[in-house]
Amino acid sequence: MSRRSHLFTALSGLALLAIGAVAAPARAADAVMLTLKDHRFNPAEVTVPAGERFTIEVSNQDDTPAEFESSDLRVEKIVVPGGKISVKAGPLKPGTYKFFDEYHPDTATGTVTATEKKN
Amino acid sequence: MLASLLIVFREVLEAGLIVGIVLAATQGIARRGGWIAGGIVVGVLGAAVLALFAGAISGALSGNGQEVFNATILIVAVLMLGWHNVWMAGHGRQMAQEMRAVGHAVSAGEQSLLALAVVVAVAVLREGAEVVLFLYGIAASSQEGAAALMLGGALGVGAGALVSYLLYRGLIAIPVNRLFSVTSWLIALLAAGMAGQAAAILAGADLIPAWGYQLWDTSWLLAQNSIPGQALHALIGYSDRPVGVQVVAYLVVLAALVAATRLVNAQSPKDRRRAASSSAAHGHHSS
Repeated sequence: MSRRSHLFTALSGLALLAIGAVAAPARAADAVMLTLKDHRFNPAEVTVPAGERFTIEVSNQDDTPAEFESSDLRVEKIVVPGGKISVKAGPLKPGTYKFFDEYHPDTATGTVTATEKKN
Repeated sequence: MLASLLIVFREVLEAGLIVGIVLAATQGIARRGGWIAGGIVVGVLGAAVLALFAGAISGALSGNGQEVFNATILIVAVLMLGWHNVWMAGHGRQMAQEMRAVGHAVSAGEQSLLALAVVVAVAVLREGAEVVLFLYGIAASSQEGAAALMLGGALGVGAGALVSYLLYRGLIAIPVNRLFSVTSWLIALLAAGMAGQAAAILAGADLIPAWGYQLWDTSWLLAQNSIPGQALHALIGYSDRPVGVQVVAYLVVLAALVAATRLVNAQSPKDRRRAASSSAAHGHHSS
């Protein structure tokens, strides 16, 4: 057997493992709505259930572009003036995660807190 | 001013590092300057157009326009980089010999220049659109100190270009017989990183399965949003919290490129013989 076919076998194995290991995460029902005005987020602190994929909607009411970004949540998306975007994030472990407008990082910051669901 | 310098610097750095690698990879190819400058110009113009239509793109494809657009141009860049590398596997050796023997530019490489010009244009387009929107925001808001912010932005462009130039100078200090193999690895890693990014973007928008949302977390070691982290992200696709499909895309593209390059190398014995005899004529080299 050549090295190449070994590599192929290894990669196929990896791909199969990846497919097998994944169960679709639960989804939070409601989107988190954020508004940007005067380069501030409102609300600036939001809570989402831990372990679920969720949607954040950002509406930009300023007259300049914004870039909604979070390395914690792995999102990055431009919001034009008067525009609205939605991004998906999670599932998150319980904890607090930062987000910001990359163009106005001094004022436009906020946090998402992921909490365990109460049963 | 410092804040705007940093914001612009980060964007320019990502595109600039790619341009630096492309410049090093095309070292010695005739008329590469025109092709690469053309790629930059098209990228800058494209960035302005893209910024203009940012709203329309964002709203397209039920809100996934930005993600699909970014992933698409990344995939185009991956294909171009791959094509260049395979092409170089067939011709690089011969070019290296020619460069050493003749001591000046060779013209054989022009076929792959178009591919790399596309890569440059795409890299500049992607990061440039964000810079254009940022600077537009400063210009549009009559906020105090807009002039200083603009100056910061301009300095950011300069600083990003300088770092890219230093990378390029560092790379071309490598002896020419090694330079081809070094740049071919750098391009393979660049392509793999871009493929990973494209996959991560699509998975982030739920357009493809993620195969695990966070395979590992090395943000404590090297945060991706730190400047070294971002440079490594642009160069080799470093990610501090990768999704599964990102790692799979990375490995598949890297393996495919390495395999294709070896295959082409093995199938061009003519080039090899010529290279070997030419090499023998010009002295002994270990390679």
